[in-house]
Amino acid sequence: MPLRQYQPTTTMIKILKYSFYDLMRSRWSYVYFLFYLLLGFVLLFLNNELSKAVITLMNVIIVLVPLIGTIFGVMYYYNSKEFTELLLAQPIKRSSIFLGQYFGVAGSLTVSLVLGLGIPFTLYGLFQSNAIWDFSLLLITGAFLTLIFTAVAFNIALANENKIKGFGYAVLAWLFLAVIYDGLFLMSLIVFEEYPLDNLSLIATMFNPIDLSRTLILLKLDISALLGYTGAIFKQFFGTNLGLLMSIFMLFLWTVIPVWRLGYVAKRKDF
Amino acid sequence: MGRIGVLCYFGLCLLGNHLWAGTITVCASCEVKTIKEGIAVAADFDTLLIKKGIYKEFNIQVTKPLTIIGEHYPVIDGEDNGEIITIVSNNVTIDGLFIINVGTSYTADYAAIRVVQSENFLIQNVVLEKLFFGIYLEKSKNGRVYHNKIIGDAVDEYNSGNGIQLWYSQNIVVDRNIVQHVRDGIYLEFSDNITIENNISSDNLRYGLHFMFSNDDIYKDNTFENNGAGVAVMFSKRIKMLGNTFKKNWGPTSFGVLLKEINDAEITGNTFEENTVGVSIEGSNRINYSKNNFIKNGWAIKVRGACYSNTFIHNNFMYNSFDLAYNSNLNDNIFEENYWSDYTGYDLDRNGTGDIPYRPVKLFSYIVNRTPETIILLRSLFMDIIDFSEKVSPVFTPNELVDAKPLMKKIK
Repeated sequence: MPLRQYQPTTTMIKILKYSFYDLMRSRWSYVYFLFYLLLGFVLLFLNNELSKAVITLMNVIIVLVPLIGTIFGVMYYYNSKEFTELLLAQPIKRSSIFLGQYFGVAGSLTVSLVLGLGIPFTLYGLFQSNAIWDFSLLLITGAFLTLIFTAVAFNIALANENKIKGFGYAVLAWLFLAVIYDGLFLMSLIVFEEYPLDNLSLIATMFNPIDLSRTLILLKLDISALLGYTGAIFKQFFGTNLGLLMSIFMLFLWTVIPVWRLGYVAKRKDF
Repeated sequence: MGRIGVLCYFGLCLLGNHLWAGTITVCASCEVKTIKEGIAVAADFDTLLIKKGIYKEFNIQVTKPLTIIGEHYPVIDGEDNGEIITIVSNNVTIDGLFIINVGTSYTADYAAIRVVQSENFLIQNVVLEKLFFGIYLEKSKNGRVYHNKIIGDAVDEYNSGNGIQLWYSQNIVVDRNIVQHVRDGIYLEFSDNITIENNISSDNLRYGLHFMFSNDDIYKDNTFENNGAGVAVMFSKRIKMLGNTFKKNWGPTSFGVLLKEINDAEITGNTFEENTVGVSIEGSNRINYSKNNFIKNGWAIKVRGACYSNTFIHNNFMYNSFDLAYNSNLNDNIFEENYWSDYTGYDLDRNGTGDIPYRPVKLFSYIVNRTPETIILLRSLFMDIIDFSEKVSPVFTPNELVDAKPLMKKIK
């Protein structure tokens, strides 16, 4: 009997599918989906106005989406550890196992987010409104943030055998990027206010995916305020398409690097 | 003949001219071929009918009370030689001309149409292109500038002129004009009792509307959009700005309206939308702001100090990045019964106003004032947290700066 050819990509997709349906079965995806669905309806019901709802939604996306991505990622990794170890005993490429699981989780979260928010907004007449671009941008950044923070969570979980430690680090990572980073950033801007700071502040923004997504949304919502600052570099960054392109490119890098590292570490790790 | 006889004689002459005002037709194949010739042969109160065609003329001096009407927009091409029409007589009407190529000069303000020390003029349905200055009214009175279109091609401030300029003029109505791509759309200096209404001034290099030392003027239902620095009004008294729209004036030195040393004004029913700063106020007193809409501005209102007795009542503040920036004492300025989209309070007694006061100045706006680069942290969670703590117990922002009766629903 001829040996069946081993195909890493198909195996990865198989694992991805498995993780995806596993999450569906465990109902977590539905909970997440229903949460966003409810949030969308409540927001629109309370605000009655699409553009204001988009602003509130932005706050939700840059805070909650990373948090949920992080916790979900860590949880899923630890929960499916035994199954992972079983898979590791099979002649399957390691990167296929981990990347498959990762894309399964991140994919299901992204789908829940996009559908959960997309449905209420569509029903409230998004397509007839000017807010459609702001909204699509919001969903794109939301999807990016899910991918990034799930990948970061997987990396942290992979590095820590101890569940509690892993959870702790993951939540800390979220807290750092969502709040503490901006606090330090603000402090340094105020301390060094005598110096030209526009370069520094733009670079500091690039190193935090949450700030990056925020900037991307600000470009749409608050451009009039952003252009109030005199710096030439700011003006170039925010006044042209440069800001948009740079931010999207950096978000892309932020996604690719942790995912690559996940595969790289998984290959070398001793289980 | 006595003195009375002489007067009678002249009086009859004038009357006669009125009754027998003739029409002189100007065209390439007519007896009178140029406008200058037409003016030379015309008697007072005649009508000059200019047929369609291209007239390469400049320095046309209108020295008599004439009505100059263009038929199907005849083109007067100044070939960049200098001023094109100068009106130095009372009772002149200019209607339906297409004037292009006004000369540019660094020493003289060449205009397409200049009115000098004249009264009762009417300039209407004129189209001006490739100009330096457009319509320049100098020490003139009781005139009307109506329904003209001025499209410039200004690139630099130093070698471009203004669309409609009023200098030491009085009782003039500027109505339904469109001014684009010049230095200042409409410019007034030392001009009183002017009514400016229904104009659209957009894409100008510097200001859409600019006035100084001009009192008792009314600005009504105009639109000022995408001008380099918005609208600046300075050193004037008793101004009324009603129902204007100020839109998309973006940039570090750009304002919906800049008010500097303006006293006793009324600013009602205007819309300020997507400007970097909606209204910037400096040294202005006793101004009533009511029923204005401030929508999606960077800063709805920036108060720069030395402002007393201003009242902000019944305005809508919606989705501005910052509602108010304030860098001095509250003085006796009043904010009351406005609608603030950022207001998060409740109305338990159902009287239409919120039960807890609204603080329009956020801590973040104070920080941005100090270190402008921090604007990049706008809407971050950290900022929301410190804004919230400042709201609970104000330390940096003026304690008394509140709207004690914020409205729950926006004003229609």
